[in-house]
Amino acid sequence: MNTGNPLNNPSLAVWLVLVGVAALIPFVASQWPWLISYPISWVVPLADWINALMENLTLAIKPVTRIISAALEWPMLALRDTLQWLPWPVTVLAVVLLALHAAGPRLAILCCVALLFIAVSGYWRQAMNTMALVGIAVPLSLLIGLIVGIAAQRTRLGARIVPPLLDLMQTMPTFAYLVPLLVIFGFGPVVGLIASAIYACPPMVRNVHLGLTRVPGEMIEASRISGSSSYQQLFWVELPAAMAQIRVGINQTIMAALSMVIIASVIGGFDDIGWEVLNTMRKARFGESLLAGSVIVLIAVVMDRISSAYATSATTRWQPLTRRRNQWVALGLLVALTLLFKMTPFDTAIVTPDWTRTVTQFLDTRLENAVISMGDQLTAIKNNIFFYYLLPVRIGFTQAILPFTWGFEFTGNMQLVYKVTVLALAVVLLLRQRWRLAVAALMVSYLLFYGLTASSWVVVGGAITVLAWQLGGARVGLFALCSLLFILVTGMWERAMLSLYLCGAATIIAFSIGSVLGVWASASDRVSSVIRPVSDTFQTIPLFVFLIPVLMFFQVGEFTALLAIVAYAFVPAVRYTESGLRQVSPQLVEVAVEQGCTPWQLFWQVRLPLAMPSILVGLNQTIMYAFAMLVIAALVGTTGLGQQIFLALSAADTGLGVIAGLSMALLAMIADRILQSYANKRFKRATVTE
Amino acid sequence: MSSSEITLSCRQLWKVYGDEALKRFDTRALPEAAERVDEVATSVSAAGGIVACGDINLDIKRGEFFVLMGLSGSGKSTLMRCMSRLTEPTAGQLTLDGKDFLSASTRQLRDIRRTKMGMVFQHFGLFPHMSVLDNVAFPLRVQNIPEKDRLDKAREMIQLVGLEGREDAFPDQLSGGQKQRVGIARSLAVDPELWFLDEPFSALDPLIRWQMQSELLRLQTRFKKTIVFVTHDFMEAVRLADRIAIMKDGRVVQIGTPEEIVLAPADAYVAEFVKEAPRTRIIKVKQLMEAVSPKDTSAAGLTGEGVTTDMTLEEALSWSAGRGQSLPVHDSEGRTVGVITPERLASVLNSQQLGQ
Ligand SMILES: Nc1ncnc2c1ncn2[C@@H]1O[C@H](COP(=O)(O)OP(=O)(O)OP(=O)(O)O)[C@@H](O)[C@H]1O
Ligand SMILES: [Mg+2]
Repeated sequence: MNTGNPLNNPSLAVWLVLVGVAALIPFVASQWPWLISYPISWVVPLADWINALMENLTLAIKPVTRIISAALEWPMLALRDTLQWLPWPVTVLAVVLLALHAAGPRLAILCCVALLFIAVSGYWRQAMNTMALVGIAVPLSLLIGLIVGIAAQRTRLGARIVPPLLDLMQTMPTFAYLVPLLVIFGFGPVVGLIASAIYACPPMVRNVHLGLTRVPGEMIEASRISGSSSYQQLFWVELPAAMAQIRVGINQTIMAALSMVIIASVIGGFDDIGWEVLNTMRKARFGESLLAGSVIVLIAVVMDRISSAYATSATTRWQPLTRRRNQWVALGLLVALTLLFKMTPFDTAIVTPDWTRTVTQFLDTRLENAVISMGDQLTAIKNNIFFYYLLPVRIGFTQAILPFTWGFEFTGNMQLVYKVTVLALAVVLLLRQRWRLAVAALMVSYLLFYGLTASSWVVVGGAITVLAWQLGGARVGLFALCSLLFILVTGMWERAMLSLYLCGAATIIAFSIGSVLGVWASASDRVSSVIRPVSDTFQTIPLFVFLIPVLMFFQVGEFTALLAIVAYAFVPAVRYTESGLRQVSPQLVEVAVEQGCTPWQLFWQVRLPLAMPSILVGLNQTIMYAFAMLVIAALVGTTGLGQQIFLALSAADTGLGVIAGLSMALLAMIADRILQSYANKRFKRATVTE
Repeated sequence: MSSSEITLSCRQLWKVYGDEALKRFDTRALPEAAERVDEVATSVSAAGGIVACGDINLDIKRGEFFVLMGLSGSGKSTLMRCMSRLTEPTAGQLTLDGKDFLSASTRQLRDIRRTKMGMVFQHFGLFPHMSVLDNVAFPLRVQNIPEKDRLDKAREMIQLVGLEGREDAFPDQLSGGQKQRVGIARSLAVDPELWFLDEPFSALDPLIRWQMQSELLRLQTRFKKTIVFVTHDFMEAVRLADRIAIMKDGRVVQIGTPEEIVLAPADAYVAEFVKEAPRTRIIKVKQLMEAVSPKDTSAAGLTGEGVTTDMTLEEALSWSAGRGQSLPVHDSEGRTVGVITPERLASVLNSQQLGQ
């Protein structure tokens, strides 16, 4: 590559122009302050427009929404009452039988223990209320997903609009769904139900679409030549043939619905288990929230294990229960047991032994003591990370370095030294033909100097756009530019930067931890066998629950949010790193070893580059997870878009909610597009040189 | 031949793949392009498309075993799928039992398929979620035939292909040969007049293939269906076919009986197929004899025993072995209609340019 003259290298030239602009801005900032922060008077009042529109719309469709509300509310309440009416031992037995049928005695025992725990935890009622919501949301979601998935595969219109819609839905933060629904339907559990049903349908859509697309052509031709109508073909041939794939979708949809039902409990009013966690957390009764949180985890694990057992091939079924007669016997047993309980004084709807309360109180005090006794260390950890990591990224060395935080002042001379060092480094790198590194060094030190949120929007926006353009190509660059402009003119820029900063900071930590664990797990089967079930479980846990432990130890604040995000987002990094490294073909490794590679060389020069596509997917997922968690983390005190969405939620401000949610989705999508097209390019190059 | 003998006929039939290419061409003008097929094919592929069938003209007679042959990608499957309208032809005419088949409505098409057509697929095309019995009964089920009737009929079909006892098995529990028997049973369940088979035996190993061919012949002598059979194995074609159409790059290069094709390959491409074929087992005496009018036979001294017109050369050879003289040829009624000389017999064995 010709790097002698920067003007011969347009990529470098663009960066140098940007660096020049960045260097100039401080000198003209006093004259043109709009260069630093986008003036409020320039904001397009899009939020207000949306609100005005929504107001009219809501009025216009009121009769329809009333009907929908009623149509959903009635079965939901009926299911809730039924679940409450059923004696708990019957419910436990029913789930155990289901687990037994799905995968045999081992799963049945696991489910039995889990449900008994829920029963004695004293949260049975709340758990059943949650199940009532899930029980209505899941079928609804599956139905929507099925119809949309079929439409996406069958119709031209569907094929065009569904994929981008799914992309948007998956990056749109969960809470953002709630706001417009709240405005349309008014406060109440139905909103949570609808939000969950909508939020959970994309996996079903994707899997239905995938499954139908993969039905072999000959099978379809066999059905057509038999003269089947399109209805017969779809329901008798294609859907059954795609069932294996659809079952995977069902499993994912169930888990997504549960996650959203828990999140939607912030609306309140249904006395469900998510509400319990939130409530106790707010009152800082961590023993109880921990217990309620464990109940959520157990519900999630039971639902996931059973539905994923059904998603795998039929060979895992427990034979005795596959026989019709035995199934009738089991059903009869359940009915008989119900009658027995209802007709005898055993009908203690649910026993809440007193010792449960004792346990939680004990837990409460012990935890409190533990936190107090560890208080100094915890504060030290928190302050260190906050002062030396989070603050510089957020507001830059210029503001973060204070006698109070770092113990000294960032004087003018020191700033000069900093600048000179950075420049020297960049020049050295440039002379060594490493212009990418030079540009990276310049940009990073610029950001650290002023901080992401205090930097000029011109520079930050320019840098993101150029990065998108160079890594992802012209289309991605254009997408980034338009998205950033949207964020800017709707007045969300500062909030977006706050979100970006926290997300970025968390992603760096989560990805570092995750990839190291992944490398470790790929090298040792023992480690892998420990990490895998843990990360599996982490993925099934609804986001919400991650807040409990971090909040317990570190109180409300950005650091707490950071920890919660890291705890949730490191899992994909582990998974994809491990699977990427493990999938490197053994022949290639053998060849390399024969040629005398040391293990170190083997890792850095053979296995890591080959695993790179997979690792990049892991990074991408980590970022997406971080964005998803960011909004939830706003519950424990972050600023930024997440907080805006919350404000919108409590004020039922649709405009704000939609714009904040959209801004967040756009940020996530920029990251996603950049990484995806970069990975595609890289992947192609790797296969070409093979 | 009279038109009532013809079941299915294709006239100037075209199938062009590629959206881009289709946008650029006026498909209505294709039938007039019969003289310029190569030209059209070149410009279509320049536009990223492909002419899978170009100007196909052929008639399939009732009760005939018609084989489509050609190398991979020559458009056999596409042509067959056009004939059943599983694929819509881009241009041309298709006549089924004297009626315009291409203008049949969806409903008519469905009814025709339900009662008149059956198809067997290369990779069997069985429904993995149905038992053997349900697979075979499927074409009856779509017609809403009562369960008992359709299962009875399905059982009968399963028996016909020799799979009794496996009714409740699922496709993934069967061997390749068994799967194809299910495919055959299913395609026969509605007692179709037109039977399409797309390389039904090419996924099977040679021994099973031979056996399945024999069974197909047995079924054919019993039911006398009109069969369109796709293969790229010339020996299979020769063994089964009444007539063969040889395809190359979407065009039919030759149509004829196996003997005609072996004796007079239309071009080098066909000759390449024919090269390996054991011609003595294909060519019949009729094609090789010198015709003699019955009056002249005694004059030529052609009396006594001889071969018959429909003997293969191989049989004739074994008959003539050691005689070293000209043999009289009799027709099916015993009249002497020709003569065959030992020189001509020998020439078949040596010559590469037969019939020229
Ligand atoms: N759905 C399709 N879209 C685009 N091109 C197609 C399609 N189906 C077939 N073709 C092309 O049409 C040509 C003829 O294909 P066809 O399947 O008819 O060949 P074939 O003679 O049956 O070959 P084989 O012996 O391999 O089955 C091929 O070049 C193929 O790539
Ligand atoms: Mg084919």
